[in-house]
Amino acid sequence: MAGWLPPEALTALALSLRVSLWATGLSLPFGLAVAWLLARRRFPGHGLLNGLVHLPLILPAVVTGYLLLLAFGRRGVIGGWLHEVLGVTLAFRWTGAVLAAAVMAFPLMVRAIRLSLEAVDPRLEEAAATLGASRLAVFATVTLPLILPGLLAGAVLAFAKAFGEFGATITFVANIPGQTQTLPLAIYTFLQVPEGEGAALRLVLVSIAIAMTALGLSELLARRIARRVGRR
Amino acid sequence: MLEVAIRSSRPDLDLAFAAPGGVTALFGPSGAGKTSILRAVAGLATPDAGRIHSDRPLFDSATGLNLPPHRRRIACVFQEPRLFPHLSVAANLRYGQRFAADRPSLPEARLIEILGIGPILGRRTATLSGGEAQRVALGRAILAAPRLLLLDEPMTALDAPRRAEIMTCLERLRYETGLPMLLVSHALDEVVRLATTLVMIEGGRLRAAGPVADLLADPALAETLGGREAGALLAGRVAGRDPDGLTRIDTAAGPLWLPQALVPGVAMRLRVRAADITLALTRPEGLSALNILPVTVTALVPDGQGPGVTVRLDCAGAPLLARITARSCAAMALRPGLPVWAVLKALSIAGAG
Repeated sequence: MAGWLPPEALTALALSLRVSLWATGLSLPFGLAVAWLLARRRFPGHGLLNGLVHLPLILPAVVTGYLLLLAFGRRGVIGGWLHEVLGVTLAFRWTGAVLAAAVMAFPLMVRAIRLSLEAVDPRLEEAAATLGASRLAVFATVTLPLILPGLLAGAVLAFAKAFGEFGATITFVANIPGQTQTLPLAIYTFLQVPEGEGAALRLVLVSIAIAMTALGLSELLARRIARRVGRR
Repeated sequence: MLEVAIRSSRPDLDLAFAAPGGVTALFGPSGAGKTSILRAVAGLATPDAGRIHSDRPLFDSATGLNLPPHRRRIACVFQEPRLFPHLSVAANLRYGQRFAADRPSLPEARLIEILGIGPILGRRTATLSGGEAQRVALGRAILAAPRLLLLDEPMTALDAPRRAEIMTCLERLRYETGLPMLLVSHALDEVVRLATTLVMIEGGRLRAAGPVADLLADPALAETLGGREAGALLAGRVAGRDPDGLTRIDTAAGPLWLPQALVPGVAMRLRVRAADITLALTRPEGLSALNILPVTVTALVPDGQGPGVTVRLDCAGAPLLARITARSCAAMALRPGLPVWAVLKALSIAGAG
């Protein structure tokens, strides 16, 4: 593959995979928590939280990227604190690309998990509680196994979205080869130069292959889980 | 001993009762609040005010105590089995064991035998029939080693043969586990067969509470229990089988005969419905009925409207009820203290004594 793809394209591919996996993995616990809050709890600010979660889905990606820059840039409220206290810098780093991808993918993940949570029969959780299971035990032994297919679907959707993220990433962390130049940014860059069209086309094929593989894998897993969960 | 005194506005509840052990039935029409009471006892719903004790305090609005369901050690069998679809039958059965502090009141092997679920342990829950699933749910509740078992109309969703199976299982379990049970029911035959204490609920209020035999023979409750269904329980012991195939049962008031073959020496309760008793002033002769007992009229309760009268009778210390018309009552000049003969047209076995 080394000869087929130029080295900077390979770097971008590796970076994209790394960024998407981190973005998916890191946002999964948060996605689960927010989905649970939205599906199971009624509290003041429920609508606000729901709106906030969905904001990246409806805002122009550039706006989300710019807001991230304002908040998480070195001089941003959160970014400054992260830099001072934890020594973590997000702006113009691959870690920032992870954040941008995670934020953009978050609504899709939350929606999928929330749907599966709402499909769980609360009467089963009640039964588990009367059999002696604490709330945490009920979640671990009944709720979680039952939402596993939804969790998986949410993760795959988030991965796909993170893999294709463009606007927020380029606005927040720019387009630095080897640092923040993910696959979509690389394709865009190749398209800017006259002789780059071939490499761009090959990267397009690679993205299609990765997307299809992820989808197929999740279908396969979802079917196995569904069998175990007894839905089919 | 379970003691409940609760009040809530939605659903409208305001009542107090005690369940002294054994099987206590919460009986009443649909919408009376039976299930709401059961949910409050289980900790699945919180009343506005009151106290719930089951050997120890579980809920007390005065002190703010409200134990969560998993710390109450009260297992529940619901109308629907609620088996976990992602677990096998065996894993469902053992679900509560890991959280249980004690050993269950019955060894697992014996429980599986009583419930007859040995052959289905390896199956997936989706493949079970309604009756099978409900028996697994019953076993799952008992293996969680609870101190009190709640049964929320566990037989309503089943057809008659399946219902009879569960009823037999419950009778065995009542006897072998000694576990106190609170049974929500609107079927009088279930109550008569399984319960020792009856708590009658109407519109979220207590209508009456006491031993089943006493309430069943209370003419004031006859209408609530469903006119025709009212009746009484007679305690007896199987004496033996006559050559012609009839089984003799000795009661305090005299011998009774049943067509069923029964094991001699077994104590049992016989149910006599008020509508199945005919009264006579002299001992009837030339009658096909076999079971005739001498009784004494103790009270007459005319219906509010309608031509019926409920006659309360004393049958060698046991209360009996008869439903007759006001016209017959007047013609026979029935009054408290009058000795009469009760012709029992039908008898059914209500359960082991």
